[in-house]
Amino acid sequence: MASASIPEKDQLAVALAEGLASIASASSSDDLRALMSALAGKKGAIAGVKASLGKVTDIEARKELGQAVNEALTTLQDAADARSRDLRTSEFATQIQADRVDMTELAMSANASRRRGRMHLVTQATERLEDVFVGLGFQIAEGPEVETDFYNFEALNMPPSHPARSMWDTLFIESDEPGSVVLRTHTSPVQIRVMQEWPPPIYAVMPGRVFRKETPDATHMPVFHQIEGLVIDRGITFADLAGTIESFTKAFFGEGFTSRLRPSYFPFTEPSAEFDIRRPDGSWIELGGCGMVHPHVLRAGGLDPEEWSGFAFGFGIDRMAKERHGVNDIRDMYSDDIRFTEQFS
Amino acid sequence: MKILLSILREMADIPADPEVVAVALTSLGLAVEEMDIVGTPVPGVVTARINRMEKHPDAAKVTRCFVDAGDGEERHVWCGATNMQPGDVVPLATLGTKMPNGMDIARRGILGIDSEGMLCSEVELGLSDESSGLLILPKDSPLGVSPFDVLGIEHDVVFDLDLTRNRADCWGHLGVARDLAAHFGVELKGPRIDVGALGSEKSLPVVVDAEKNCASFTISYVSGIAVGPSPRWVAARLAHLGMRSINNVVDASNLVMLETNQPNHAYDAAVVSSFRVRLATAGEKLTTLDGQERSLDAEDLLICNGADNSAVGLAGVMGDQHSEITDATTTLAVESAWFSPDPIRYSAIRHGLRSEASVRFERGTDPNAWELAAERFVTILRETCPTATLHAGASIVRTSHCPQPIPVDVSVNAIERKLGIRIEVERIVSILNAIGFSANAQGDTVSCVVPTWRPDCSESVDIIEEVARHFGYDNIGKTIPNSTVHGRLSNMQLRRRTLRRVLVGLGLDEAMPSPFLAPGDLADVGLSEDDVLVLANPLVADESILRTSLRPGLLRSLRYNQSHRAPRVGLWEIGHVYPKSDAQLPNESEQLAIVVAGGDAETALSQWNAICDALSVGAQLDQGRVPAGLHATRSATLARGKKIIGVVGEIDPVVLDGLGIEGRVSILELDLTTLLNEEPKPVQARDINRFPSSDIDLAFVLPESVPATNLQRALRQAAGKCLVSIELFDVYRGKGVAVDSRSVAFRLRLQEDGGTLTDAILADVQKACVAAAEKAGATIRA
Repeated sequence: MASASIPEKDQLAVALAEGLASIASASSSDDLRALMSALAGKKGAIAGVKASLGKVTDIEARKELGQAVNEALTTLQDAADARSRDLRTSEFATQIQADRVDMTELAMSANASRRRGRMHLVTQATERLEDVFVGLGFQIAEGPEVETDFYNFEALNMPPSHPARSMWDTLFIESDEPGSVVLRTHTSPVQIRVMQEWPPPIYAVMPGRVFRKETPDATHMPVFHQIEGLVIDRGITFADLAGTIESFTKAFFGEGFTSRLRPSYFPFTEPSAEFDIRRPDGSWIELGGCGMVHPHVLRAGGLDPEEWSGFAFGFGIDRMAKERHGVNDIRDMYSDDIRFTEQFS
Repeated sequence: MKILLSILREMADIPADPEVVAVALTSLGLAVEEMDIVGTPVPGVVTARINRMEKHPDAAKVTRCFVDAGDGEERHVWCGATNMQPGDVVPLATLGTKMPNGMDIARRGILGIDSEGMLCSEVELGLSDESSGLLILPKDSPLGVSPFDVLGIEHDVVFDLDLTRNRADCWGHLGVARDLAAHFGVELKGPRIDVGALGSEKSLPVVVDAEKNCASFTISYVSGIAVGPSPRWVAARLAHLGMRSINNVVDASNLVMLETNQPNHAYDAAVVSSFRVRLATAGEKLTTLDGQERSLDAEDLLICNGADNSAVGLAGVMGDQHSEITDATTTLAVESAWFSPDPIRYSAIRHGLRSEASVRFERGTDPNAWELAAERFVTILRETCPTATLHAGASIVRTSHCPQPIPVDVSVNAIERKLGIRIEVERIVSILNAIGFSANAQGDTVSCVVPTWRPDCSESVDIIEEVARHFGYDNIGKTIPNSTVHGRLSNMQLRRRTLRRVLVGLGLDEAMPSPFLAPGDLADVGLSEDDVLVLANPLVADESILRTSLRPGLLRSLRYNQSHRAPRVGLWEIGHVYPKSDAQLPNESEQLAIVVAGGDAETALSQWNAICDALSVGAQLDQGRVPAGLHATRSATLARGKKIIGVVGEIDPVVLDGLGIEGRVSILELDLTTLLNEEPKPVQARDINRFPSSDIDLAFVLPESVPATNLQRALRQAAGKCLVSIELFDVYRGKGVAVDSRSVAFRLRLQEDGGTLTDAILADVQKACVAAAEKAGATIRA
């Protein structure tokens, strides 16, 4: 082949060499992009060689030159791609450096520190208790906080003037019939309402606010919260009560905790018991009261004691919250003081 | 209720270890609140006589005492007390003594002069909670011996029992001893009785007029009395049980009550030799033992001197001052009665006079305990008066109201059904007999008789409880019921929880202010007080009404935080309000209120929008109805037709000024009874419309008098079924827009169901929108 003599081929070599040199020295992606459209574009040196292909008369030589032009273009493009990658890498590196923020500063700034609000400790405790009882197969019942004497006392086996009524320091509402409307002293009236309204079997817990005529101090509030449990079914026994208390103890406090019942007295249950929780370290928490629903109470709830039996239990929610978080003075829990509230995420 | 181990152990041979007894008491339902070991001698403390006393010129507050402890050596002791004199015998804690409070008695010097021990008070010896100086012992006490021996102080254990309301019988040691004897399987001996030979028959005349109130009245006649001090053990036991020693007669009477639970009263039989029990006449006067003259009620029961019908005691509560025993008394009429519990309770309440007797009568005493009480009384008296004689022929009046033993049957099966464990019939019978419920079995049925000292028991369930108690709750076992009920939260409860989480997500803290308000609190926030409930017996006047709105409480909490350097708090409460209704109970409902210090109407609206979104609820904003107490131009009612479900906006600045709250305060109040009980149906999915959508932006000039929602509604209707969404994206007031108007710009996204929107359709929609907007009072911005 006598191709060496074609001047276009030399021109191509020069153009390629110059192109590669300028690609290598391109200083930014933008420069490179402009450079490439100049080098490979219609007005570029290689395009000039390509345009002169027609003037090469020797077919072999033309074919050879055409091939060389294509190769040159490919070489240029490859070089540009490689250079582009390098440039992007360093450009990102520069940008990332320029982006630098102080994350600890941002964490402290207003937008990032926009905090979630707090639920009241009593609400948190109530929800945790509800969840455990739902897990044990209980539903949740609610009732009014202002109650009639019937629901708060009479239906609970405390007829008018029953001496056990003095177990609760009651707040009364002024009414035409003095003493007939009270602020419920316990959540037990909800038991009666549930018995009247829900068809048995009943497995329910009843959390809620209760009221006593008590001067506030570090461990007492006139307004506080209890949760009451009621089970009504066929063939319910005292052993079922003890077993349910035990299940609750393990589910709520943990596997290492156990429970015991000891005799006590409530007008609305018989046999009655106090239930205590034994911590793994052997110490006891006196938690609440419980017992087999008294036949008089079943009747007041519209149930036949020959067919249905049941048990009930109840305890204070505030104390659970107080002990869980080591609150020294229960009044702080009801102060709505943000300095107190904020502590509990 | 205080119970002494020494007395229990006289009545039954129970273990001596107080810990063992305490565990047994608690397991029987007689909860031990406190256990105090009393009268423990302190080794190293001896009696010593003060020979002489000196003041040191440089130590004004202490005295130098030179004491003789009987060992021939004069000791020098510094003493800070002032109640002693030379010649007094006092307790001396010698060097090396460890005091009950842990203090070691060592040589200690003042002004370089060492003290060789310490002179002690009752407190320092652990004998009392308070004292006013050294314990001064009898002058003839031997020296160098334990002052505990000198005083005859018994080592004893006091159990403080937290008795339940039902266990009337345990207000006497005998009831407690009976339970313990049954528990430990030992015989109940009861108190020691030794009355010697009975005296001649002597029955004092007794008339009972009030048969219902006084169902049993007995008078025992006792002669050969000499009033004097009690034996030391009697005084000591009374002191441990919280009573003061008076004289041998009164002390015996009190100790008998504490032992047997039978309140009793000893009259001087020379002064009162016949009795009448009658109701008082209204306004009748009686001066009780405490020196107070009391004006009586027609329901008060009186013990009267039969001779002149004058009152000698408020029955069951307190004796009268004038019939007290005197030093001259030689014969006694000892009264033991059974009074109906409720009237005694009311009398005690009426006169503000709860005595040791009244607390027992109001719980219910044993009408058959009088004889034991009389015998025990004389037994104790005979220690100081060997001639004391109980006479035969006590006067006994019983009325038809006197409690009787109650026969009750209970089956073994019934016990098993209640307890969940089968207890053998023999065991049941033996438990019941051990506690005096004389029982026998016929096949499966146990028949027993409730003794008269157990007024709390009358039906089979009471018997089952007694069996369970003595069988041991711990022995019953633990089972789980076979429930067919599934645990779950109701729709309303789930929605309430969602709401709580939305609220904390908004950065708001839950508050729980008191639901009690002071009169005027509601008016202070611009609300009516017409429908409030009033407490009949409030703790304090400032908490005498029940809230009808959560607002006053939350605003108070907000102000509290502002005044404690937390100016921008956001608080919420979900709680009940209690407006009065025509029915017996109020219209109690659950409400939500949110207040944000520094928040404005937009704050409240964005909270409302978040809640709407989370609970799938909505309501119309009606700015035409300004809610009471809210900002007149920055508030709206949330309505659904005629029903108002809440208010939103800002608190009236006048209210805030009155309360002393700085800055704006946003408010959102919602009636949750409505919102949480709704159960929105699950949204049904639509296929994604994959045809291209187009946006058109339209800006209008809208007068301030026209609510933006009117314009939006008009545009929504005009855009028709092609409208996917409509969004207010710009509001502008100022240059280029007329005064009292604003520019509002909406972006409408349009899309067709079956194909691509054509320019023609877009043009039509735009035209329709502009026309509708003009009808609504807006003009398109050029």
